[in-house]
Amino acid sequence: MNGYRRFICPGCGYAYDERKGDPHEGFPPGTRWEQVPEDWVCPDCAVREKLDFELQAEA
Amino acid sequence: MSIQALNSEGQIVRYTDKRRWLWSLSLLWPLLPVISCVVAAKTGQAVWFWATWIIWYLIVPVIDHLLPADGSNPPPEVVPKLDADWYYRLLPMLTVPIHYITLIYSAWVIGTGDLAWYSILGLALSVGLVNGIAINTGHELGHKTTDLERWLAKTVLAVVGYGHFFIEHNKGHHKDVATPDDPASSRMGENIYGFACREIPGAMRRAWRSEKARLERCGKGPWTVQNEVLQPLLITVPLYVGLTVAFGWVMLPYLALQMVWGWFGVLTSANYIEHYGLLRQKRDNGRFEACQPYHSWNSNHVMSNLILFNLQRHSDHHANPTRRYQSLRNFEHLPEYPSGYPLMFLIALFPPLWFAVMNPRVVAWAEGRFDRINIRPGYRARLEARWGKRGDNAAAGA
Repeated sequence: MNGYRRFICPGCGYAYDERKGDPHEGFPPGTRWEQVPEDWVCPDCAVREKLDFELQAEA
Repeated sequence: MSIQALNSEGQIVRYTDKRRWLWSLSLLWPLLPVISCVVAAKTGQAVWFWATWIIWYLIVPVIDHLLPADGSNPPPEVVPKLDADWYYRLLPMLTVPIHYITLIYSAWVIGTGDLAWYSILGLALSVGLVNGIAINTGHELGHKTTDLERWLAKTVLAVVGYGHFFIEHNKGHHKDVATPDDPASSRMGENIYGFACREIPGAMRRAWRSEKARLERCGKGPWTVQNEVLQPLLITVPLYVGLTVAFGWVMLPYLALQMVWGWFGVLTSANYIEHYGLLRQKRDNGRFEACQPYHSWNSNHVMSNLILFNLQRHSDHHANPTRRYQSLRNFEHLPEYPSGYPLMFLIALFPPLWFAVMNPRVVAWAEGRFDRINIRPGYRARLEARWGKRGDNAAAGA
């Protein structure tokens, strides 16, 4: 499976990588961005919410 | 010692932190109750058991006002090197065991010595004051992203039984700061005692809810050692039980008093003053605007900033919570206190004095528009009648 995306917190730079997920936050590897709850906030800074995250351009 | 970096035009930028070596005072501060016990024993004078309080509430404010305020910032080019500097990174970590030494040594002095009640009271409240500052260290470490720093944050918070702060502050307060939803942001017209009754239980509930939701996503219930609200209690409970077994029932008032002053005298006081009356506006989509530098009160007083790891540069902290203390910046036109935290904590304990000092500042900040203030529900008309006119004057004079 491919097409994994990365979403970046514009405040602190935390990256949500769909390939790795964030198991500590309860998102196992492969968890799609759409499956992350809408009210989820950045686990590193909590200043920005899911809605604020920016899709990282393809490298 | 200067730090060098290249700017975007390839020129060398040099920065010398005048406070570099003074930051090591943070290691001395949590030892104050121990030092005062030793001096009290040598001199036989009980007043020394109160020395930490006298230093915090009296001497630090005097030094704050004798030294010129420092509003200087490190150049942005050197910040990555400044952040990576191990000297700065080690200091908060090294204070962690010192807080434990102070708690246990003071327990030994109280448990084995023959102290008068006022000496026990002074020492317990001094340990509380110092271990309230442990919450500040836990705060600095808890915002960092390395496992070591996060683990040490939970460890140092456990010394004063406030481990849930690790979750509550980072995932609760930072999200809701300067809104009516935040139990840890005070409202204009609310005194510190009423605030404490809202803040302390509200913070515990929010920490529990947040951690419960995270664990649910992980497919677990809340009663697990992976619960980061419960983890620090695995240190606090055995430690406090152990001290009581070792030194007897006198530990109960000692530990209770140090918790009361760590929780209320330092943490609640800090939360009370940090965003008093300031309000993020709701945008058209129903979400609050992101936290901006003008949503926190600040102070550039040098001595108190040295003890508090620059916490008083609070605006930059809330806008950029993962930024390290040595790199926190001052900005132009920020909401400012007339003094550093120690004196502001003391003023907050006397509500009429607090209101007289801060209400005109809040009204000036809002340019007289009371709809832009985080205000105690039901008190707007009364506060507007009392402070509206004065705020106009203050705004005009500012």
